[in-house]
Amino acid sequence: MHFDLNTVDTGNTAWVLASAALVLLMTPGLAFFYGGMVRSKNVLGMLMQNFVTIGIVGVVWVMVAYSLAFGANGFGGFAGNLHQFGLGHMSEQVAGYQGGLAQTIPPLVFMAFQLMFAIITPALITGASADRLKFGAFVVFVTVWIIAVHAPIAHWVFSPEGWLFKKGAEDFAGGTVVHANAGAAGLALAIVLGKRLGWKKDPMRPHNLPFTLLGAGLLWFGWFGFNAGSALGASNLAGVAFVNTNTATCAAMLGWLIVERFRDGHPTTLGAASGAVAGLVAITPAAGFVSPVGAVLLGLVAGAVCALAISLKYRLGYDDALDVVGVHLVGGVVGALLIGFLGTNRGNGGVGLNGLFYGGGVHLLKLQAIAVGAAVGYSFVATLIIAKALDLVMGLRLTRDEEQEGMDTVLHAETAYDFGGVAAGGFSPTQRAATGGPPVGASTGGAARTEGVQA
Amino acid sequence: MRLVTAVIKPFKLDDVKSALESFGVQGLTVSEVNGYGRQKGHTEVYRGAEYTVDFVPKVRLDVVVADDDAHDVVEVITKAAATGQIGDGKVWTTAVDDLVRVRTGERGPDAI
Repeated sequence: MHFDLNTVDTGNTAWVLASAALVLLMTPGLAFFYGGMVRSKNVLGMLMQNFVTIGIVGVVWVMVAYSLAFGANGFGGFAGNLHQFGLGHMSEQVAGYQGGLAQTIPPLVFMAFQLMFAIITPALITGASADRLKFGAFVVFVTVWIIAVHAPIAHWVFSPEGWLFKKGAEDFAGGTVVHANAGAAGLALAIVLGKRLGWKKDPMRPHNLPFTLLGAGLLWFGWFGFNAGSALGASNLAGVAFVNTNTATCAAMLGWLIVERFRDGHPTTLGAASGAVAGLVAITPAAGFVSPVGAVLLGLVAGAVCALAISLKYRLGYDDALDVVGVHLVGGVVGALLIGFLGTNRGNGGVGLNGLFYGGGVHLLKLQAIAVGAAVGYSFVATLIIAKALDLVMGLRLTRDEEQEGMDTVLHAETAYDFGGVAAGGFSPTQRAATGGPPVGASTGGAARTEGVQA
Repeated sequence: MRLVTAVIKPFKLDDVKSALESFGVQGLTVSEVNGYGRQKGHTEVYRGAEYTVDFVPKVRLDVVVADDDAHDVVEVITKAAATGQIGDGKVWTTAVDDLVRVRTGERGPDAI
């Protein structure tokens, strides 16, 4: 059906456009959050994976993935149809947004806002695969993953055509679609990739915690667009989501620090940044559906649970390098399930269902469990298959020598930090012929590339 | 001639440098080094995982002096570098066979 441009609300449109820009900023923020945590030889490799994700998804979404996520039901309801392929037919209403759900923003603006979510979702996975994933393999992985994993799950949960949306499962801004999804995918990818060389033996402490805190700050800032923007209007509901987002994030930071103080002896800056991100993750599905006190409770629980969950990998033996499982999977699931208890439609203008603590019984909790189970289960299995297939076809992992050398010089022929001195090297202004190998003179990198043996 | 080498706490470098200047030492080479003695390193915790950092940052000084001054220079450095706390470092000397001032070609004690 044709979208009547006379129904456009300029205030709503302005807020969603601004929110889309805020959400885009989260991915560079995430790049720094992660980049600070890796070893200095891999910082450019990490930043690059996040940046190139913007490039890949920015094209794939416009061409096909938006249509798969928000088109009218196709493929038996598994995903949207291809009616909006290449952003065709954007003068029509977004499928399913009719009646009470009618949008007051142009479909193209809605598309742009959802694009930014699609960008950060695979970017989140890079934390699990850090330090050992080949660049080319990553590019192919993200392309396939956005089409085969993210778009269908976004369709199920976010599109009014989707089966989980129709059931009444609640995900305000992407606790299941973005965070639980990315966390489950990160777990699958980390399992297929295997452990980093020297894991649990060599020191792999964060090389630049100020980067990590800077990144966490940018994430926090951008997240107001993510959550309050998901009201899709400059409304009271946006205000509710904004306040809940901040409140839960603050509580989660405190929750994480309390655990650290008693478990490790010191409250740490990495803990403060991690706790804040855990809170942002957990409030995401619930942002418009809980009271401020509910947000405090949700944040405290998420911060403490995630602080404890990060040690799981040492016990279970999977190398989720930067704790995508502990923070995003666990945080996303905790937030989505807590809606079943804390969900209330008293303060948000009657949006959503009441949870267990507000007289709604266990109905909402059941719905939330189904949505989480479907998203996590599908994401994990599908990602496992994609990763395994790519590993067989093109190989996912750097060679042993390449991994030891580090991603920055091996994959990108660059150095992150030049402090001058002997290590600054020589210079020749002439361009070398494109050989595909490292520049002549980069002897260690060259040796690693040509003589590397598969680990 | 003797080479006096000292490994000291980084924040004591200024005190040691001033003391050596007062004594009359004209030149000094310093480098940033890492190491440990009986005090060992420290531990750090990141997201609950403990890292032991064995090598502690120190400053190393190298200064060549005349045979007669070596004993006093060691005394000066020891006094200026001491805090009485664990990890104050070490000072030692080694014999130097030859020495050349690159600019003039002077050799031996004249080149100090």
